[in-house]
Amino acid sequence: MKKGRKINLKVPFITRLEGEGALELSAKGNKIEALHLKIFEPPRLFERFLQGKSYQDVPDLSARICGICPMAYQLTSILAMEQLFDVSLPKPLVDLRKLMNMGEWLQSHSLHIHFLAMPDFYGFDSALQMASSHGEMLKRGMQIQEAGNTLMRLLGGRSVHPVGLQVGGFSALPTPEAWDNARCQVNEAIPSAIGLLKWTSELDLPDFSHDFVSVSLKGDTAYPINGGDIVSSDGLRIRSEHYTDHFKEHQVRHSTAFYSLLDGKDYLVGPLARMNHNFDVLPENIRQVARQLGIEFPSQNMFSSIQARALECLWSLFAAQQILQFECPKGEANVPYDIRSGECSFSTEAPRGLIFHRYEIDDTGKIDACCIIPPTSQNQARIEQDLQYSVSKYGLDKSDIELKLFCEQLIRNYDPCISCSTHFLDFTMHRG
Amino acid sequence: MKQDKLTVAVHKLTSCSGCQLSFINQGPDLLNLLEHVTFTHFIEAGLYDPDKDVDIALVEGSVSTDEDLTRLQKIREHSQSLITIGACATSGGVQALRNLADKEAWKRSVYPHPEFIETLRDSTPVTQHVKVDFELWGCPVTQTQVTHLMQQLSAGVLPKDDAEKVCMACKRQQNVCVMVTQQAPCLGPVVRTGCGALCPSFGKACYGCFGPSEQPNCTSLSNRFAGFGLVPADIAQRFAGIHSQSKPFLQQIRHWDEISVKEVE
Repeated sequence: MKKGRKINLKVPFITRLEGEGALELSAKGNKIEALHLKIFEPPRLFERFLQGKSYQDVPDLSARICGICPMAYQLTSILAMEQLFDVSLPKPLVDLRKLMNMGEWLQSHSLHIHFLAMPDFYGFDSALQMASSHGEMLKRGMQIQEAGNTLMRLLGGRSVHPVGLQVGGFSALPTPEAWDNARCQVNEAIPSAIGLLKWTSELDLPDFSHDFVSVSLKGDTAYPINGGDIVSSDGLRIRSEHYTDHFKEHQVRHSTAFYSLLDGKDYLVGPLARMNHNFDVLPENIRQVARQLGIEFPSQNMFSSIQARALECLWSLFAAQQILQFECPKGEANVPYDIRSGECSFSTEAPRGLIFHRYEIDDTGKIDACCIIPPTSQNQARIEQDLQYSVSKYGLDKSDIELKLFCEQLIRNYDPCISCSTHFLDFTMHRG
Repeated sequence: MKQDKLTVAVHKLTSCSGCQLSFINQGPDLLNLLEHVTFTHFIEAGLYDPDKDVDIALVEGSVSTDEDLTRLQKIREHSQSLITIGACATSGGVQALRNLADKEAWKRSVYPHPEFIETLRDSTPVTQHVKVDFELWGCPVTQTQVTHLMQQLSAGVLPKDDAEKVCMACKRQQNVCVMVTQQAPCLGPVVRTGCGALCPSFGKACYGCFGPSEQPNCTSLSNRFAGFGLVPADIAQRFAGIHSQSKPFLQQIRHWDEISVKEVE
């Protein structure tokens, strides 16, 4: 390619993302001049309309931020409030919450791997076109997805916008029949998850490793999901109430999602960040399976995030099995508590990464103010940095179609949940 | 029975993606569905062809920006039948809570640079802008609803609209009534069924995911809530949730918001 050739590439939509957004890339010769991930989400103003609502209505409403990870929004708000109201749950209820979290991870990861990422590896536009040629593989994915949905239904009645969670525990405990059914489904899905992990280990993944900071919760003894300190790979370790001291959001013109930076720098959240910090606390048998397949973390290659997702599926099923092997819990579904006024915050790990909530609550339990930071707005700056680095390395001399496919795949590695913060991904390339 | 496969486009406006998820979250049934239906446009599933003529356009999401509106008009032009799926598309969704408030002040409170944000004043249902052939209510729509819809469409007919009350489903399931036993402000008597009386079966008051039922007597229900001791502002809040812009609910919100409560010295 001749230096300085003027090319304008415009590809309207990047598909297979959860939600819709836009990417603009301007380059002159072999130099990228501007690169923006444009997230355009018609604002829904959640943080504003929650003001004046009762704390009890928050989980039902905040779930509507995202149809794929509603439970993460519900639970993070509930855990923040429980801290303020000084509620501590008995172990069986804590386990049930974790079980539901794992259901959401399974459902979300499996959806991502099979419907959003897999077509890239076989040259299809959509998984819907793979039904006849790769039906068995899709069925394996659906089985894992369904195990996740079953766990969500077990505790929340439905997998999208579930209803069972509340401050103090759950509204109701599962029935023994549903419990046994969930146990069977989880047990049956484990071999499929091993098969899935093996499949990811055999993929010919490109290597675009580079330096970046990972941020996630850190479990000291177990893989973290809804508790623990926030850590970064460059040495930060804080409790979640200090989140806003280190992480700052700012607004830019080209996006309706805020950009979030850690001490002024971009960072990664999500399955790969979690794996990088917590691979060593996975149960020995799970690590063993991974190592036998040649999968090891930490990794600085975003293309290995699909392996992190598959490994988290296997861990989730295994951990769910540990809980489900016991009898269906009996007794009270929730514990009593008193409302207190004040400020509270909490962080959990949504399927796509760290999620932070902060509330100010008055003495009648009404919300005075709140702040919700989803994983995708945290990853936004990182995605742009990754594109800068990886596109240059991949080569701007590649054809527009190759560049487009590469950028799409790169962005999909982050599994951006754009509904949490966005509308369509629209790729524009200006070459000058 | 039609010989050819139905062509279907799935579109998203302002929404959470939860309703379109009912297609790619249904497990092996999806593979059966693909025998009767060809999806031509479905961005989340990887298919992009918004301007192709189709038999059926399924629209998720409310109209909250100029762009939503332009897209919607195009969708209508290119589809034989347009069907809305979910609360956002049928009544404006939770984001329509802003219709009740001072929008600019709200934007300022969330965004430091509200001038970067372009939206229409209100979040509105699809039917306010174009002809809609059928509305599937629910937040989210259920698998059963979607499967039934697709079966009926494959047979060349629209489904029968089921606007029965949650109470009826709840009684058939023999749930204990949360309103009678706990004086919980349950919306079941005025909300359409479809969820399977989910909240009452968890011992919790219905909060109205599926919108108003047939002949909803919201005034009587609200008065009953007042009898339970709910103050007017809280009664208004019961209706100011998922379907705040549906007529019968909006009426109650306006009515109870106007009543001020004075504390007795």
